[in-house]
Amino acid sequence: MSADFSNFINIGERTNVTGSARFKRLILEGDYETALDVARQQVENGAQIIDINMDEAMLDSEQAMVTFLNLIASEPDISRVPIMIDSSKWDVIRAGLKCVQGKAIVNSISLKEGEQSFLSQAKEIKRFGAATVVMAFDEKGQADTKQRKVEICQRSYKLLTEEIGFPPEDIIFDPNIFAVATGIEEHDNYAVDFIEATREIRKTCPYAHISGGLSNISFSFRGNNPVREAMHSVFLYYAIRAGMDMAIVNAGQLEVYDEIPKELRDAVEDVILNRRSDSTERLLDIAPNYQGDGKAAAKDDLSWREQPVTKRLEHGLVKGITDYIIEDTEAARLEAERPLHVIEGPLMDGMNVVGDLFGEGKMFLPQVVKSARVMKKAVAHLQPYIEAEKSDGAKSNGKILLATVKGDVHDIGKNIVGVVLQCNNFEVIDLGVMVPAATILQIAKEEQVDMIGLSGLITPSLDEMVHVAKEMERQGYEIPLLIGGATTSKAHTAVKIEQNYHAPVVYVPNASRAVGVCQKLLNKGSRDIFSAELSREYDKVREQHARKKPRSKPVPLAQARENAYRPDFTVPPIVPNKLGVTPVTVDLATLREYIDWTPFFLTWSLAGKYPRILEDDVVGEQARSLLADANEMLDNVIENGQLQAKGVVGLFPANRVGDDIEIYKDEDRTQVIGVAHHLRQQTLKEKFANYCLSDFVAEKSANIADYIGAFAVTGGIGEDELANSYIAAGDDYNGIMVKAVADRLAEAFAEYLHEKVRKEYWGYASDEALSNDDLIREKYQGIRPAPGYAACPEHTEKQLIWELLDAQKHTGMKLTESYAMWPGASVSGWYFSHPESKYFAVAKIQSDQMEDYAARKGWTLEEAEKWLGPNLND
Amino acid sequence: MSRQTTSNQKRALLLEAAKQRILILDGAMGTMIQEHKLEEEDYRGTQFADWHCDVKGNNDLLSVTQPDIIYNIHCDYFAAGADIVETNTFNATTIAMADYDMQTLSRDINLAAAKVARKAADAFTAKTPEKPRFVAGVLGPTNRTASISPDVNDPGKRNVTFDELVEAYTESTEALIEGGVDLIMLETIFDTLNAKAAAYAVEGVFEKLGVSLPVMISGTITDASGRTLSGQTAEAFYYSMCHISPFSFGLNCALGPDLLRQYVEEVANVSECLVSAHPNAGLPNEFGEYDMEGPEMAAHIKEWATSGLVNIVGGCCGSTPQHIAEIANAVADIKPRIVPTLAPKMRLSGLEPFVH
Repeated sequence: MSADFSNFINIGERTNVTGSARFKRLILEGDYETALDVARQQVENGAQIIDINMDEAMLDSEQAMVTFLNLIASEPDISRVPIMIDSSKWDVIRAGLKCVQGKAIVNSISLKEGEQSFLSQAKEIKRFGAATVVMAFDEKGQADTKQRKVEICQRSYKLLTEEIGFPPEDIIFDPNIFAVATGIEEHDNYAVDFIEATREIRKTCPYAHISGGLSNISFSFRGNNPVREAMHSVFLYYAIRAGMDMAIVNAGQLEVYDEIPKELRDAVEDVILNRRSDSTERLLDIAPNYQGDGKAAAKDDLSWREQPVTKRLEHGLVKGITDYIIEDTEAARLEAERPLHVIEGPLMDGMNVVGDLFGEGKMFLPQVVKSARVMKKAVAHLQPYIEAEKSDGAKSNGKILLATVKGDVHDIGKNIVGVVLQCNNFEVIDLGVMVPAATILQIAKEEQVDMIGLSGLITPSLDEMVHVAKEMERQGYEIPLLIGGATTSKAHTAVKIEQNYHAPVVYVPNASRAVGVCQKLLNKGSRDIFSAELSREYDKVREQHARKKPRSKPVPLAQARENAYRPDFTVPPIVPNKLGVTPVTVDLATLREYIDWTPFFLTWSLAGKYPRILEDDVVGEQARSLLADANEMLDNVIENGQLQAKGVVGLFPANRVGDDIEIYKDEDRTQVIGVAHHLRQQTLKEKFANYCLSDFVAEKSANIADYIGAFAVTGGIGEDELANSYIAAGDDYNGIMVKAVADRLAEAFAEYLHEKVRKEYWGYASDEALSNDDLIREKYQGIRPAPGYAACPEHTEKQLIWELLDAQKHTGMKLTESYAMWPGASVSGWYFSHPESKYFAVAKIQSDQMEDYAARKGWTLEEAEKWLGPNLND
Repeated sequence: MSRQTTSNQKRALLLEAAKQRILILDGAMGTMIQEHKLEEEDYRGTQFADWHCDVKGNNDLLSVTQPDIIYNIHCDYFAAGADIVETNTFNATTIAMADYDMQTLSRDINLAAAKVARKAADAFTAKTPEKPRFVAGVLGPTNRTASISPDVNDPGKRNVTFDELVEAYTESTEALIEGGVDLIMLETIFDTLNAKAAAYAVEGVFEKLGVSLPVMISGTITDASGRTLSGQTAEAFYYSMCHISPFSFGLNCALGPDLLRQYVEEVANVSECLVSAHPNAGLPNEFGEYDMEGPEMAAHIKEWATSGLVNIVGGCCGSTPQHIAEIANAVADIKPRIVPTLAPKMRLSGLEPFVH
């Protein structure tokens, strides 16, 4: 096979919700217009085919595929190229095939489920007139060796061409590109296996093509784009010569082979071609010269117990094995001059390895947290000896105060950052949740901390962070301030916080960044350079922010109201079976069946959809072990009753008045017991309505009897106590696990209760029969929007839910002054039953609506500005 | 003799004839019906005297209510030299029949149309056994589009789905085959996705009935942009449809032979099957009439034939038995296009072709 580079096909990979966070967000938010831009840019940048994937648990993938393909059909500059319909679900593929007039490619089918389903799918593809990608996957699993790859592809080829006459030129084999340089020896030959398999398949399967997802190869170097690009180019260089003629690539992520610096290219070639046993380490050594940092990889060595004690300690730390840690620590102590030296020496060295591996993306968060557990055990063992010596204690890298700000109870992320910092020998003072600014500053002074880290999840926490920054300035603090948490962002930090405090204010996007940031800030030399860099960066962000015009044109509130959504009320709303307030208890064993695990893995920074994530070739093993631990935790809490779920639901007569919903005591509809206030979308909508949740309830003047529901549920009664008991025992891993599991139980409770409401309490869908997967994909009628989220972003409305339901009395759940719910593992929201009700994002509103809303709520403009801040244009 | 044996023999006869000479397709049906100046009661006939809405203009209904008129038109085309006539079923799908609230009659209309054409073909085959005559069962485009939105403000909207089209085409195809057609013809395709649904339906019916008739595919290039209404170039359109291994592939309608030529050439270059073309008799004048006379049309088509572009020719809107006779005469001694064998490559398409 000659190397025909000119004949190599780029398949655009950005229109894939599993591969592009941005595209996923756009699709989830229903912003198809911008999503189309992503597709357009790919074609403009030279993609000759575009791959479209909508496999996401939170989506109706079939619907999203159909919608997007139909929209693409109206965009000639996109639809001029062929489409690759990418899904692991056959139904999605079939729905996609019904939307494309061109000859498309299906991605993918395989022998995974056996010959019969393989051939019947291929036959249908043929009838639709499409080509297909065939994965090297069979009943036994995904092919990793050359032999398996070749064997499966040849078998597939024979079946396709001989049994059903599939045109061989329309077969594209994907012999699985797996990550190399992972530190795991069995992976070292993966690239060679692919390349050699490609050569053999091209030789023995005439006219068939070879493709693959290129970015997998460099997965272990994510974060280091120059090295990744070099790996891609080198891999392609050899794979194309072997006969690979297509690939799913990010065209912007390809370095020109000849322009790769020789040192890097040689090291990468060693890795790709598996030319020496230490090639991974050599590439890791030089990788930081190109970007990021990197260091030696851990070797999987079964005879590790025979190694010297320092190596054993390192192995135990890296692998998170507690079994021998006391024994090894004791051995090290006997060898050491002073017990403290064990911590400063081998233990810290081991933790440095962990930190480095994590920084390289070669260890995952759960593993790091497990390492910390091992470390704590070792330190606990040494503590008495150190005390006896009356030593000053280990000298730490620095002292960091962490706190979740006042009004907010969410701390999983903050705890993870704390553990990661401790792993890197920082002393962490964790003040917990709902910490007022005064307490934070007082303790920071008393403890003489080197910096303060603030965390928060709900939007009002952003304002509280601004407040803390202003207080630090007023009281003359000089220490750096770190900002993190789900709602924080670089833009918010730059625009709202940074200018209030003269010392460095740093936005930390995730736990793995925290260590690097702290180190830079603590070193006198690097601190000044770093903060100068930051200032420039924030200036730029502010400038961009100031220049940024709203993408969609705002319209006056009156105009938005004219374009309100008017659902069809010809079928009168169903009268709930059980009006009024009903407390609900349910055992955790029942809720367990309703858990959506995908977000659980995200909590641990493992990206991928459940259950597929369990089979992922990179994070699968981690995901499986994490899930096993979570299930063990569930078994435990169910058996010992350490966690409890409580909830309450209320269904009330209600009618819409303007953008508000009046909620009545009874069917007389004369006595108003509460008014729910909602916000209306206020950007120009040409093809859609300007939605407001109230639209889904019948108008009062129409004399149609309608209803609304409210609910509050928690899966976290007892979570703080249980988590604290783990943390006190030195087990941060399980401390975090408790909360992650409680969060899932709360969400599961919401799902469970919603189903009960649809089928029984309200009963508008009494004959519904949906699987858990369908539930997760929200295939049912009606919605349950939660205050604080996109459709009703204003948090104080939770107060009304609490009042209507008497939620605190029934469940013990409380609202903080920022309207965060306690316990943290809680969900509350509204129920709308209308078949046309749907989720949407209110997004930016204008000052006329703010004024109107303030008047409706009886607020001053200052109050309105405070609570609506995130939705106001800056 | 089983249905499949018959159809295999017919296919062999057709292929044999196509090797020897350029086959002749008939001309316009609508143009010929117009000449009869039929009124509402003629359309209704006895069967639909009490139908609840107007049916004038429902030409397909005439196979049921005025079968003699349709029979005579077919005969006129055979007499003019046509090898293949098309059934009077352009609008006979359930989807198009809904205009007259006659969706439930779709099957009957298709069946009647196939039978009347069959009768004419058999009569002429008996007269000239050395020149057997064939019937192509026509599946029209319907009046809806699966890949174009009916609402400019809502580009994602569709007024018909693939599945609905498959259902409609399945019903028509079954009736046409039952009525005895020799071929299936998807014609005047302006949205390829509709045609893909038709092809999907046809294959499903073949599978169900255990037969396999030759399938002719004929698309419509709507204007000088050289594209179908749904935006595909002729070559891209071919790649979208070639998976059903068509008996012939070509273009019809919308343009006269002068404007159509370059697209016929485009198709001739890539098609690994016979190439057909049946253009309009020019473009319509301000009265909606087609002015191009037989000799002029025949001269154009003769040039296509001598250039080796075509295997099957005929006429579309505005053409009459006179046109067909002129065309048949003009190409009688010209060798048909030689079907090329192309290198096996993956031939994909969006709006444009992509060969790899």
